[in-house]
Amino acid sequence: MQLYDAIVIGGGLVGAAIAYGLARARLRVALLDEGDVAFRASRGNFGLVWVQSKGDGAPYYQRWTRRSADEWPTLAAELEAKTGIPVGHERSGGVHLCLSEAEFEARHALMERMRVQSGNFGFDYRMVDRHELADMLPGLGPAVSGASWTAYDGHANPLNLLHALHKGFVENGGRYLPNSTVTEAVAAPGNFCIRVADGELGAPKVVLAAGLGNADLAPHFGLSAPVKPLKGQILVTERAQHVLPMPITTIRQTVEGSIMLGDSQEDAGFDTNQGPAVMRTIARRAVLSFPWLRDLQIVRAWAALRVMPPDGLPIYDQSERFSGAFTANCHSGVTLAGAHANLFAPMVAEGALDPALERFSAGRFDVSAAA
Amino acid sequence: MVPAGASAAAAVLAAGFASIRTTPVEGSERAPYCMMGVCFDCLAEIDGVANRQSCMIEVRPGMQINRQMRARVIGRPSPFPTPRSGGGVG
Repeated sequence: MQLYDAIVIGGGLVGAAIAYGLARARLRVALLDEGDVAFRASRGNFGLVWVQSKGDGAPYYQRWTRRSADEWPTLAAELEAKTGIPVGHERSGGVHLCLSEAEFEARHALMERMRVQSGNFGFDYRMVDRHELADMLPGLGPAVSGASWTAYDGHANPLNLLHALHKGFVENGGRYLPNSTVTEAVAAPGNFCIRVADGELGAPKVVLAAGLGNADLAPHFGLSAPVKPLKGQILVTERAQHVLPMPITTIRQTVEGSIMLGDSQEDAGFDTNQGPAVMRTIARRAVLSFPWLRDLQIVRAWAALRVMPPDGLPIYDQSERFSGAFTANCHSGVTLAGAHANLFAPMVAEGALDPALERFSAGRFDVSAAA
Repeated sequence: MVPAGASAAAAVLAAGFASIRTTPVEGSERAPYCMMGVCFDCLAEIDGVANRQSCMIEVRPGMQINRQMRARVIGRPSPFPTPRSGGGVG
């Protein structure tokens, strides 16, 4: 049996960020990853580091998201300095385009709700009308009524982020174990024995960060992670000169010049097939936003399963029955990478989650317990 | 000179050119590679349209083949005719 200070189950953006933070704090960490059979939401996301629409009705989520976005530049610089991998983080603000007056009014109402709910923490936004927006965004389509803008938003290269977190983890002394699906787990307070194909590992702490795999794993550790798959499809254009100065919720241009088009959500179980109808919807809305997109060729498209908790908010928990077992689940693994590496990991290292995360416990789904 | 049915990429290689484009990020030289439409290394500006996969286009007399210098400049003509109906895509 190999002994560690902590075992992180799941090597995606959530697990890798937490493992990176733990290894940086000088814990001896094993990071277990499945293999090509895993659902791998980390490879099918859009790359936004997005704040403006997070947490309507749950200001504690907006605060957590903002704190993560504020950690991002430090994390990105640290990763690039350590691993040489550029994470491509840009925080130049972001917009959500509205394609009708009704959409604009609804968006304004949402932004205003966010501002009121934020209290002293604050939430600064601007509704930008199409005349000013046309100066900000070249070639804006006539169908666009306006947009909501905040300075908090940005984007990054999620594949480079994953690569950098893994490389930084190993360089910090972490042990990465791929093709290591957990076949058996024996839990006791402060004492966990995990069996994988190649042997057994033991640690006083374990973090469940296996994305969609957490739903089945969690009960073995006295935890609950009722996450479900949500399919998203993305289209990618040929590389073009840099035109877009900032990301839009559904359109972003990468550092290399490719333009990604997205924002679809389908409740299709574990099916990862692409569908022409959804692809057409994505393309249609993109071309309405920027007619010049029509001239660009699509060079690839894919569908991927993302992780969705029942109410859309993250699930962070520590096991009461088995102290030392933690879980982290979220939909926004890119945006929350800053928080996971720099805020959540230190909590795990300390042995307890900050009270600020209590609202994210899975206990909130148990209506009878809350009553 | 290339036989009828040859691709534009083949014509470029047969004419002795060592490079057909420069890459968007670092401006490195590239030449056609897979010759079957999967590698995207043969991108060239053909008859005024940028970023065409030259290995997938049959060469014909008078065809204008220019090097693709870095990323495509937006605003240049599209390879696809604009729909006359004027309504959306697809």
